[in-house]
Amino acid sequence: MKELKILGIVAAFTLLLYWGVEPFAHSQMHKHVEGHGLVYDGTADIEEASKDKKEAKKKFWAEVADVAKLTGDATAGEATYGMCAGCHMDGAANMGGVTPPSLDHAGAIYDKNFLIALIKDPAMATNVDHKYPNGTMSHPMGSISAMVSAPQDIANVVAYLQKEKAGHVTAKEAYTEACGRCHANRYGKLTQLGEKPKTKENIKTGQDIEAMKFTQKVAEEQNALADYLGKLPPDLSIMYRARNEHFLHTFIENPQSTLAGTAMPRTGLNEEGMEKVMEYLAETGDPSAPARAIAGPWVLGFFVIFTILAYLWKQYQWRDLH
Amino acid sequence: MSNRRDFMGMALGGFTALGGLGALMAMKKTWDPLPSVKSAGFTTIDLKDYKENELVTEKWRGKPIFVLKQSKELMAKTTDETKKRLIEVNGDHYMVCVGLCTHLGCIPGYDKANESFLCACHGGVYDATAMVTKAPPPRGLDIPPFKIEGTKLVLGGTCPEYEKMLADGTTLKV
Amino acid sequence: MAHFDENAKPFSHQWLNERLAVDTLKRVMSAEYWIPKNINFLWAMGMVLAATFGILLVSGIFLLMYYNPSVDLAFDSVNYTIMTEVGYGWLWRHIHGVGASLVFLIIYIHMFTGIYYGSYKRGRELIWISGMLLFVLFSAEAFSGYMLPWGQMSYWAGMVITNLFAGGSLHADGFVEWIRGDYVPAQAFLSRFFMLHVLLMPLLIIGGIVFHFGTLRLPHVNNQDGEDFDFEEAAALWKSGNKKESKVIPFSPVFLSKDVFVMGVYFILFFYLVFYHFEFAMDPVNFDPANGLSTPAHIYPEWYFLWSYEVLRPFSTDVGLIAFAIAQVIFLTLPFMDRSPNVAPANRRGKFHIWFWAMLADMLVLTFMGKLPPEGIWSTIGFVAAIVFFALWIALPFITKSEKKL
Repeated sequence: MKELKILGIVAAFTLLLYWGVEPFAHSQMHKHVEGHGLVYDGTADIEEASKDKKEAKKKFWAEVADVAKLTGDATAGEATYGMCAGCHMDGAANMGGVTPPSLDHAGAIYDKNFLIALIKDPAMATNVDHKYPNGTMSHPMGSISAMVSAPQDIANVVAYLQKEKAGHVTAKEAYTEACGRCHANRYGKLTQLGEKPKTKENIKTGQDIEAMKFTQKVAEEQNALADYLGKLPPDLSIMYRARNEHFLHTFIENPQSTLAGTAMPRTGLNEEGMEKVMEYLAETGDPSAPARAIAGPWVLGFFVIFTILAYLWKQYQWRDLH
Repeated sequence: MSNRRDFMGMALGGFTALGGLGALMAMKKTWDPLPSVKSAGFTTIDLKDYKENELVTEKWRGKPIFVLKQSKELMAKTTDETKKRLIEVNGDHYMVCVGLCTHLGCIPGYDKANESFLCACHGGVYDATAMVTKAPPPRGLDIPPFKIEGTKLVLGGTCPEYEKMLADGTTLKV
Repeated sequence: MAHFDENAKPFSHQWLNERLAVDTLKRVMSAEYWIPKNINFLWAMGMVLAATFGILLVSGIFLLMYYNPSVDLAFDSVNYTIMTEVGYGWLWRHIHGVGASLVFLIIYIHMFTGIYYGSYKRGRELIWISGMLLFVLFSAEAFSGYMLPWGQMSYWAGMVITNLFAGGSLHADGFVEWIRGDYVPAQAFLSRFFMLHVLLMPLLIIGGIVFHFGTLRLPHVNNQDGEDFDFEEAAALWKSGNKKESKVIPFSPVFLSKDVFVMGVYFILFFYLVFYHFEFAMDPVNFDPANGLSTPAHIYPEWYFLWSYEVLRPFSTDVGLIAFAIAQVIFLTLPFMDRSPNVAPANRRGKFHIWFWAMLADMLVLTFMGKLPPEGIWSTIGFVAAIVFFALWIALPFITKSEKKL
């Protein structure tokens, strides 16, 4: 029928238009970067490294692999962990620009190889060694490589983390521990210093000095972060909609692969950690997704029935006109 | 126009109206108060800070809240009726009311000398327990929902004492 | 002098007729508003546009309840308050964004339908012109609306488009600052574009639509063969009961029933996109809050402006601006550039048929190039496509002048 032919032409051009403007154009604008399946063995690091750094990185990650082969003793590790707890505790102070994150669920959300690498040399493990031209010891956590250096000690601490600092972790906890000390999330009511405490204003003046004090503390933390990193890490409230999931995945796994030269350290998330962090990002960035999934079929169903009824009405009205 | 009933047309029209109803329901939900507004409806006040016979004004859900700690002299003047309006915490009695005249909503002023409230708009008068003593207000100042937590009151919460005030008509729901 | 029957019951049919002429209205607007029978579903695009505009208006009303036009609060008022807190806020936002994109898809289909069937000639010149004016008004409405979320794309589109008014070598920077109300797009800019989007443009659009309908009335709607027939005769045939032979149908209920069916199909597509496939209408770049100190790696306008954007880009500043200005208004001249008297579908008009498909293809190519980074082969193709665009317009009077009279 002629009308179907016309509809076919219109539909074909519309689809062509969509293809050119969306999938095709975006494929040209953003080169596709493959992830490494959350395997932290230095493959990407070595590949991306400049010539003079390649050998050092190969050696480093080979040593990490060696430590990974050892059996860790969690009980012995607990004693060694005391050296970490000094900085990684509740209410920790800002150290040279960043506040050490909580390790409450480190064993659950971080990859084992990454944890080993991190204790050996934080800057190398997180792939930001290029930011420390004077040597990776100047990293805020750099001194750990001297404090906990014996391979067996490292294996023990990691074993301890995986035994005692694992357990059930919520999406919010994963985000707070892995991202929260640099990246605020205002839609989730999270600042770099956690949730804003409830305060009361002075009813005579409307001034809330407690709230102002907290705001000041956060501002000072943000200033320190920006000074250390070069710019303030962006608020991640709606990052889930500002980038696609593939980008976020590969970026978090190895920031250097998509944003070469960035100050953002690799976070070393394992599958569960990544899943939980993405869950939280989706919670604050696309909270209407569940409601959409529920309402969609109803609305579409309504219009399908509407169209059928409309077609029948049209048939009735046009029955003796041709 | 066709003489026969346009059943298809009516069916389509009726079905469309159903959709319209659905759209209206969604629109009604859009108009509803936001969750952040509703959750902001709780204010905590610490009663141990108040001095006897000194009116303090707090804020709850954007409205003024009068808190008047009853002194022994004031308590001596209360009757069984008016005593029901007071909240007892740790042996002390407090008048806690929404500071909006139940007539048309102006804020009455407290006259310390006369231990009463006078509403300037139309001349209504309340006593120190905020019970009406002179028209036109139809009833005493309303008591906000409250929950007793130690020496603190959480306005917006509820507890048996408040439920009792509702049940025996001491206050209307605010 | 109107006659009023004292015995007529208030609000009865007769009573309303005496005061509002409801029967006449019904006759003129629907029951005896004659539409040719020889049409296809493309003739429903006008009503689809009216319905989409209505949907944009209603969804806009609910967004307006919660949107905050302050540079510090705008982004979060949309992306937090409306998307998270407001009951069904996300639905209105998705509907509004998808609707804004689809309205242009239908406008282009409607426009090219008119070009194909010659519905801009022989008495219909004002229908065409008023339609193109509506296109300009809708473009202004879409642009001003895009500013409101105050994301990165909002800010930089605002910066770039207002910079156009510096007029290249004219260096009218003062004029640009006057438009913005500030040195850069800031609070003054946002507030005035809020006013444009929410009040002035919608009023002008409504007026434009009324005018567009008015220009339709006398010439009547065209038909698939461009046939010029006697509407009075055809109407009389219909009214006498000979519906099969008559060349016309009444708007209501006959044409309306086809319209409503087409709208049903359209709404299925519309709401499928609203719920399941909306990134094309809500570009990720605009989910980064506006930052005047950092331009995104890739900025581009919404898809419906891309062909126009690409006419500007390949040339040097002044040439580009002139080309851009011409491209905005050249479609208005169509009734006068087409020198052939034939009102017929393009496939019966010889070279004009080729011209039609060439123009359509060229605008598609310009659209694609407008989105792609202006580098390497893409900028070359874009340059060629822009030249072809102007070549086609220059060729049009010549092609049509030599067209055989049908």
